[in-house]
Amino acid sequence: MTGVLATARPLQSRRAIALVLAAYAALVVVVPALNLAVPAGSAFHVSDYTVALLGKFLCYAIVALAVDLIWGYTGILSLGHGLFFALGGYAMGMYLMRSIGREGVYQSDLPDFMVFLDWKQLPWYWLGSQHFLQACLFVVLAPGLLALVFGWFAFRSRIRGVYFSIITQALTFAFMLLFFRNNTGFGGNNGFTDFKRILGFAIASPRTKVALYVLSATALLGALALCRSLVLSKFGRVLTAIRDEESRLRFCGYDPVGYKLFVWTLSAVMCGIAGALYVPQVGIINPSEMSPANSVEIAIWVAVGGRGSLIGPVLGAALVNGAKSWLTVSFPELWLFLLGLLFILVTRYMPRGVVGLLSRGQKS
Amino acid sequence: MRSAPQVPSLALAIAAAAYLAARGASALDAASLEKLASGDGSAKLAAVQEAVGSADVASLPVLRALLEGRLAIAAGGRAVVEENGAWLDPLTRQTASVAAAEVEKVSINNRLRRTLERAIAALGLFAPRAADRLHAARTLQEGADEDLLPVLDRVLAQEKDGQVREAVQSLQGALLLGSRDRDKRLAAVDVLRRAPSTRSKRLLLERLGGAASDPGAEPDPAVRDAIHRAVNDIDGSLRLAEVVGWVFSGLSLGSVLLLAALGLAITFGLMGVINMAHGELLMIGAYATYVVQSFFRAHLPGAFDWYLLAAAPAAFLAAGVVGLLLEVTVVRALYGRPLETLLATWGASLLLIQAVRSTFGAQNVEVANPSWMSGGVTVMTGLVLPYNRIAIVAFAGLVVFVVWLLIERTRLGLLVRAVMQNRGMAAGLGVATPWVDMLTFALGAGIAGLGGCALSQIGNVGPELGQGFIVDSFMVVVLGGVGQLAGTVLAAIGLGQVNKLLEPFAGAVLAKIAVLAFIILFIQRRPQGLFAPRGRAAEEA
Repeated sequence: MTGVLATARPLQSRRAIALVLAAYAALVVVVPALNLAVPAGSAFHVSDYTVALLGKFLCYAIVALAVDLIWGYTGILSLGHGLFFALGGYAMGMYLMRSIGREGVYQSDLPDFMVFLDWKQLPWYWLGSQHFLQACLFVVLAPGLLALVFGWFAFRSRIRGVYFSIITQALTFAFMLLFFRNNTGFGGNNGFTDFKRILGFAIASPRTKVALYVLSATALLGALALCRSLVLSKFGRVLTAIRDEESRLRFCGYDPVGYKLFVWTLSAVMCGIAGALYVPQVGIINPSEMSPANSVEIAIWVAVGGRGSLIGPVLGAALVNGAKSWLTVSFPELWLFLLGLLFILVTRYMPRGVVGLLSRGQKS
Repeated sequence: MRSAPQVPSLALAIAAAAYLAARGASALDAASLEKLASGDGSAKLAAVQEAVGSADVASLPVLRALLEGRLAIAAGGRAVVEENGAWLDPLTRQTASVAAAEVEKVSINNRLRRTLERAIAALGLFAPRAADRLHAARTLQEGADEDLLPVLDRVLAQEKDGQVREAVQSLQGALLLGSRDRDKRLAAVDVLRRAPSTRSKRLLLERLGGAASDPGAEPDPAVRDAIHRAVNDIDGSLRLAEVVGWVFSGLSLGSVLLLAALGLAITFGLMGVINMAHGELLMIGAYATYVVQSFFRAHLPGAFDWYLLAAAPAAFLAAGVVGLLLEVTVVRALYGRPLETLLATWGASLLLIQAVRSTFGAQNVEVANPSWMSGGVTVMTGLVLPYNRIAIVAFAGLVVFVVWLLIERTRLGLLVRAVMQNRGMAAGLGVATPWVDMLTFALGAGIAGLGGCALSQIGNVGPELGQGFIVDSFMVVVLGGVGQLAGTVLAAIGLGQVNKLLEPFAGAVLAKIAVLAFIILFIQRRPQGLFAPRGRAAEEA
């Protein structure tokens, strides 16, 4: 692994920064304008479906960025980032469930699934879930604290490499089983759905959707800026050193645990925020988001785009998910074949992903 | 095992024949038939009781006919039964030529009806099939009386089937317990003590009553004392049965885990290849079993019970070949890059899933058990161990033994160990390491195929079969310690036991979560698993 990614210095040239800003502008100005201002019949109209789809990809891109930070720069492959994403989603979903009010099927103050289970009152961990600010706090705290505790145990006892990957996979698997139970109090199999409004705005209205979409794009830009400053700082150098030669770093007098723990927790929190933005746009969250397969798929977005390059994973998330949206509808049989081949070919022949191909083209 | 159920019935037939021969009477004699068909109610009653008292199974059709109003008297006082619209002579079972007009039905009253019903049930205790006898015994548990006791003695003298014996003993105890004779009651307590079941316990506790002053309660202090002791004994053996049951189901789950993880213990444990397609190799083995099974069903139905003998090697080969291809095309290029291997093999697993889905369909396929695998063996009262679970445990043991032989006692095993311990040195001594890598990986894949063959016997076979095992398999190998076959075995059995022990308290899902949490914590304490390699080699993993 050493050497392949050693020289990646992301987003340093003015041109690259200008490109990113231009892309952001196009996403937050042009797309909403074409969606809201252009009439539905026109050839330039962007449908609500497309806006929702792009919003979804933007959330995935934030997740991919988070995984790049921990895998591409620090060399820790997490196969459990879907869990942090889902936890953020569930935290936001709790608020959305409460703000349905009495408009559910059973017209009760309790969420429908609790009425269905014959529960008479909210469990203690649902207290205060009607407050949006508390939901925002939990979006950060739930994945953040879990990552902090898990990471502290794991990094302190120097669990590395594939062991760490396998354990994160077991972690998300365990949480998936937990959330599948009806008695856990998060809607079991069906999770949360049928949301009506967010902060008083109707969740199905095109304006709300565009607002959420713009928010996602902005969050992505913010995440990109944060990650860039992080990996270009001295702190980032230490992360790269952990990835390439952890033992030597330790001999130089650094304790990697704190660095790893910080970046691991930060990465989890980013995923949580992405999940919180994702749920109101997609309108559902259920335990299958925590399935190990989902988390592995995140890794392939990053690998396809090119890890250790920040912009690569963002592209990778968009490319892979774009292909998925198209193929699962047009050629459902082919999708898994393609995804499987992608895994194999990218890891064998494209260690630096799409970004690697592009930059090689530049050099020659 | 297949012929097991027939043994008691054969013995029964011989015993019955001997008994009847000793009595010097035919199965149903003309005299008792005449009594049954007579107009005299008490004669009929006596004849029915005699038939039961002498365990006269052959009189069953006539008794049934009498109960259902099909026994009649034709002209000349001759008894006939109606069966499927024809009149038969009950003694010879030949068609009797009688004019329908001159036939007169034999009538029965309510008392006789009840006696007949009980008699038919009691004679059911002598039926040739064990299941019928068991059913009869269970029917009699509702409302039998003391007249039945001699019949039960005779049944117990010859009955071989454990479950039927248990039911009859319990019945006998229940009947004796109500007896006026103190000694008989003591004997009943003893009988029930020796047939420990929740039903026996309930009968005893009922006899004990709420307090000694209770009118229905047992008055005799000696008997009360015996009941107390018997209840204690029964509690003890019920608890023992429960514990043995737990241990066995833990062992059985552990064997399943072991079969699922053993192949991985070789590819991951020995070679250090993170094969995420391992679950799919299990799935391939299961589908190979399905194909062989279908072939046997279509072309060799006579040998269907033995299809597993062909399916196991087929599963080994199919998964082994897929593993070989996987090694050559994907894994080989990525040795020493574990995270890349992980992702590439995950991709391979998706390919395999979709390939199977496209070939066999997305639905689960039906893999039938051979008939000898259905049913179970009664180890003790209230504890039946299913044959298919026993077979899995035995098969797991066999596979472990063969793998151990292969790794520790053959030349190939020697080469494998040499390459895994020090690749450079082995190559320097002339070992063709790429070949050894390839064969080792194929071996691990083949063993996964065997695991899949076993899994097909106890669970659903579908394209997603492997996905459910991948986390578990890795947990077993990691917990056991990489490169340690013994560790893998212990970890699998241990995890199975812990899982099953937790289940009654926490439910299956929480037990599983607890086990996962336990492993995650355990790895913190001992990152190298149960059996850690010592020294500096540990750092390299």
